[in-house]
Amino acid sequence: MSWRDAPRSPDRAPNQVHVPEGARETFPLRRRVLPMDGVAGQAIETARNRLIVTAALFGLCFIALGFRLVDLSLFQGAEVAAHAHRTPAKLAARGDIVDRNGVLLATNLDTASLYADSTRIINAGDAASALVTVLPDLSRADVEAKLSSGKSFIWLKRNLSPRQQWEVNALGLPGLAFQREERRVYPYGSLASHVLGLVDVDNKGLAGVEAYFDEKLADPARVAQPLTLSIDVRVQHVLADELAGAISRFNGIGGAGVVMDVQTGEILAMVSLPDFDPNDPAAVPPETRFNRVSLGVYEMGSTFKTFNTALALETGSATLASRYDASHPLQVGKHLISDSHPQNRVLTVPEIYMYSSNIGSVRMALDAGTAAQQALMNRLGMLRRTSVELPERGMPLVPKPWLEINTMTISFGNGIAVTPLHLATGVSAMVNGGVLLPATLLKSDHAKAPSGMRVVSEKTSESIRRLMRLVVMRGTGKKAEADGYLVGGKTGTAEKTGANGGYAHKSLLSSFVAAFPMTSPRYVVLAMVDEPRPNKDSAGMATGGWVAAPAVGNIIMRIAPMLGVEPVDEKSPVITEAMYVPMQGEGAE
Amino acid sequence: MTGFTRSDTSIIGRWWWTIDRWTLLALGLLIGAGLLLTLAASPAVALRIGADSFHFVHRQSLFLAPSLLVMFVISLAPPLQVRRFAVLAFLGAYVLLVATLFLGAAIKGSTRWLVVGPLSIQPSEFIKPLFIVVSAWMLAERVRNPAFPGGKLSAALWAAVACPLILQPDFGQTLLITAVWCAQLFLAGLPMFVVMVLALAGLAGIVGGYFLLPHVASRIDRFISPESGDTFQIDKALSAFTTGGLWGRGPGEGVIKRILPDAHTDFIFAVAGEEFGTLACVVLVGLFAFVVLRGFARLLQETDPFVLLAGAGLLIQFGLQAVINIGVNLHLLPAKGMTLPFISYGGSSLMALAMGMGMVLALTRVRPGRPVTLGGQSL
Repeated sequence: MSWRDAPRSPDRAPNQVHVPEGARETFPLRRRVLPMDGVAGQAIETARNRLIVTAALFGLCFIALGFRLVDLSLFQGAEVAAHAHRTPAKLAARGDIVDRNGVLLATNLDTASLYADSTRIINAGDAASALVTVLPDLSRADVEAKLSSGKSFIWLKRNLSPRQQWEVNALGLPGLAFQREERRVYPYGSLASHVLGLVDVDNKGLAGVEAYFDEKLADPARVAQPLTLSIDVRVQHVLADELAGAISRFNGIGGAGVVMDVQTGEILAMVSLPDFDPNDPAAVPPETRFNRVSLGVYEMGSTFKTFNTALALETGSATLASRYDASHPLQVGKHLISDSHPQNRVLTVPEIYMYSSNIGSVRMALDAGTAAQQALMNRLGMLRRTSVELPERGMPLVPKPWLEINTMTISFGNGIAVTPLHLATGVSAMVNGGVLLPATLLKSDHAKAPSGMRVVSEKTSESIRRLMRLVVMRGTGKKAEADGYLVGGKTGTAEKTGANGGYAHKSLLSSFVAAFPMTSPRYVVLAMVDEPRPNKDSAGMATGGWVAAPAVGNIIMRIAPMLGVEPVDEKSPVITEAMYVPMQGEGAE
Repeated sequence: MTGFTRSDTSIIGRWWWTIDRWTLLALGLLIGAGLLLTLAASPAVALRIGADSFHFVHRQSLFLAPSLLVMFVISLAPPLQVRRFAVLAFLGAYVLLVATLFLGAAIKGSTRWLVVGPLSIQPSEFIKPLFIVVSAWMLAERVRNPAFPGGKLSAALWAAVACPLILQPDFGQTLLITAVWCAQLFLAGLPMFVVMVLALAGLAGIVGGYFLLPHVASRIDRFISPESGDTFQIDKALSAFTTGGLWGRGPGEGVIKRILPDAHTDFIFAVAGEEFGTLACVVLVGLFAFVVLRGFARLLQETDPFVLLAGAGLLIQFGLQAVINIGVNLHLLPAKGMTLPFISYGGSSLMALAMGMGMVLALTRVRPGRPVTLGGQSL
C-alpha cells in the first residue's frame, strides 16, 4: 500500500521522522492544539469530508432498516396472516346405502381429522414421540418430519375416533388442531365390498355402486334419501361364508357367487373372493378389488348345457325323448370331444343333461344349428355386457366368426367366455318361465311388474326345471341337495385357458348353478371356485359337483328359511308328478 | 447523574465531565436491551439443547460486570494509553487467534473457540477492535509523515489477521475486518482512483466467492430466489416481524425462538420484533444509528489523525455489525452469521465490544485544546 500523490510540504517533512513505540516525546499527539495546516491539515480535512460521506452512508443504511421494519410489520402482515389461516373446504355429505331391508351398508360418520400448524410446534421430536403413543399406527419419523416441515397446514391423520381425539387433546400439544370431516363407514366391513366399492379420502366413489352412483350419492339435494340396494345382507353373509368354506376346503385361489331373484332380476347377494375392507382403502391390495362376478369373464363349462338343451327343445330339433349316440368320443379336426362321466351308449336328452355328456350336447347343438344357437345366446345377453349397476362389467369373449366348431364347443360351455353374472341371469330366464330379466343391484318396486324379454317358451322353461331337478336327484349335482327345497341345478367344470393359449388341465373353474324350489323357482344360486385342488375327501375330484354343489346345497339350506321359502315333502305325489322326467335309458344305469 | 461537581478534579470527576454522556446512555440502553432480549430468547434455546433454562442468561450476566468494568477503565485512558493498550492487547489476541487454529474446539465446522478452563474465548472477536486501533496508528503515522510506510504496514497487518480468520474459517469476520480496514484507508486519504479499484476488487471478491465457494453461492442463491433452497430461518425471522406487528406479541409470547437455533445470537433481532414489536425494533435501530452518527459527529471536530481513524474505525465496525445483522434478519442481506452488538448472546462478543466502545469513549472525550462545539457542553 502506498500512495505518493498526497500533497507534501518539503519544509515539514524532515520533522516527521517516525519514531517507534516508546519514544513518546516526538509523538504528534502533543501537537493537536496547533492549527491544522500543511500536509496533516489537508489530510485531516480529507478525513473529515470522507467521514461525512461514511456517516451519510450509515445514515442511509439505518433508514433503510427502519423502512423495511415498518414495511414488514404494517404492510405484509395481513398477507402472511391470511396465508397462515387458510383451511381446507368442508367435505360434502354423502348419502347412505342400505340393503333391501333397510340395513345400513354404508354411511357417514362425523370424525375429527388431525392436522398440524408446524410453525407453532415447540419441539417436533417431543411432539412426535407423544403423538405416536396415542396414535400407534403413525410413524414417529414421518410425524416428526411433518411437524418440522415449516408448513402451517399439514395433515397428520384423517378420521380419528372420539377417543383418539380426546387422547390427542389430552397431550396438550400446541400447534395441533382438528378439522371436522365426514368419513365413509361400512359397518359390515368386507361383506359386499365388491357391490359397495369404496371411496377415496375425499369421499369420491372409486368402485362399486359408490362409483356408479357417485353423482347421486354426493348430490346434497338427495343426501337424505338412502340408496336402497337389492342386496339382502343376511343372504350375502351366507353366500360369502359358504363360498369361503368351499375355497378353503379345496385350496382355491378365489371364488364367485350370486343369489338372484328369478322373478325380478334383483341380486340378493354377490360375492367375489378374495374381498377387501372398504373402511381402509389404503390397505386394499389392488388384486382383491377385482370383481369375479361382474367383471371376470370365464368359459363357464357344462352349466351352458342348460342353454344348449333349451336351444334344442325351443327350436324343436329335439324333444325330451330324443336320443343321441354318445358311445364314442367325437373327433373334430384335431380335437377329440369326450365325456367326463362316459356312459358309452346312446343317451336320451335328459340323460345327456344329467350325465353332462359333451358328445351328446355337441350332437344336439349341430341339430339345432349355428344360427339358432347364436340367436339364443344373443337373446340371453351373452354377447354383450350386463346392465348391472356397477362400473366393473366384463365384456364377453365371443367367437368371431361363429363357425360350426364354435357351435360345437359352445354347446358344452367352451369357446365363449361370460361373467358368472351372465350365467346366473341366463339360468334365471331358463327357470322363471322363459323371461330374461336384467340383473340389477337396486331393489325393485314390487308394485310394478318387471318388464322382461321372453327368450324361451313357458314349456321349454318347464322342461328345463325338471331336468335341473333331475341333475340334483340323480346326476352330477347330488351334493347340492337341500332337503325339502326342491333344488335343481347344473354342474360346470371348465379348464382354464393356460398361459400358452391351450387349456390347462389342472386349473379348473368349478361351478354349480342352482334354482329352488324347482316347482316354482324363486331364486337362482351360483357358486364358482377358481382353481380348486382335489382334497382327501373328494376322491381326487375337483369338479363342480364335488366343489361347488355342496356349497350351493348349504347356501340354500341356510337362506331358504330367511327368504320365506317353505320346505315341501319331496316324496308327495304332487311334487314327484311335477318333477317327472321320462327316462327311456334308465335301464342302462 | 450529577454526582460530580465541575470542580471535582479526581479521575472519576474529570471522566464524568469529559466523557460523551449521551453515547454512554445509548450504550447503557443497548446493554440493558441485550440483557432483556437474552432473557426473552435464550431460555427456549437453552431448553432445546438440554441446558438449564437460564443457562445463557446466567452466563451473559456473568460477563456483564467485567465487560462494563473494562469499558469504564478503558474509557478513562487518554488516546496515547489507548493506543499502547491496543498494541499490547493486539499482540496477545493475535497469539490466541493463531493458537485457536491448533488448539481450538471445532463447533459447527469452524474452529473459532479456545477453551480455557470454564471459559471459551473467541479471539476473533477481540482481534477486531484491536486491529482497527493498531491499523489506525499506522495510517495516522503515514498522515503525519508521508515517508512512513504506514499503508504497507497496515496492509501487512491486515493480511496477518485475515489469514488465520480464513483458515478457521470465518468469512464473516474476515469480511468485516476487511471492510473496516478499507474504510480506514478511505478516511486516511486513499486517492479516489484507488478507492474505485478497491471497490471493484471487493465486487470481484464477492463474485469470485460466489463461483469458488459453494456455501457462499448457496447463500446468495437463496437470498436472490428463496425457492432455490432452504430458507427456513429467514422465513421464520420474517414471519416474526409480521406476527409481532407494531406492538409485538408481548414478552415471552414469541414462538420463533423455539424454532430458530440461533434465536439468542444471530436472530435475536427477530425475537425482539416478534415479542416487543416493530416500534421497539425501530428504537433499537435508532440507538445503533445514534451511537455511530454521534460518534462520527464528535470525531469531525477531531484534529488528531490517530484519534479520528481509530474512533471512526471502531464505530464503523460497531455500525457494520449492527447493519449486517439486522439486514439479514429483515432479509435485506444474504444470511451471514454476525452478532448484533451488545444484544446477541456471547461473552467474547460482549467483552470485545465493551473494549471497543470503551476505546471509542476514551477517544471521544473532551481533551484540552480540542474544540468542544458538540462535546461536553451539551450535557
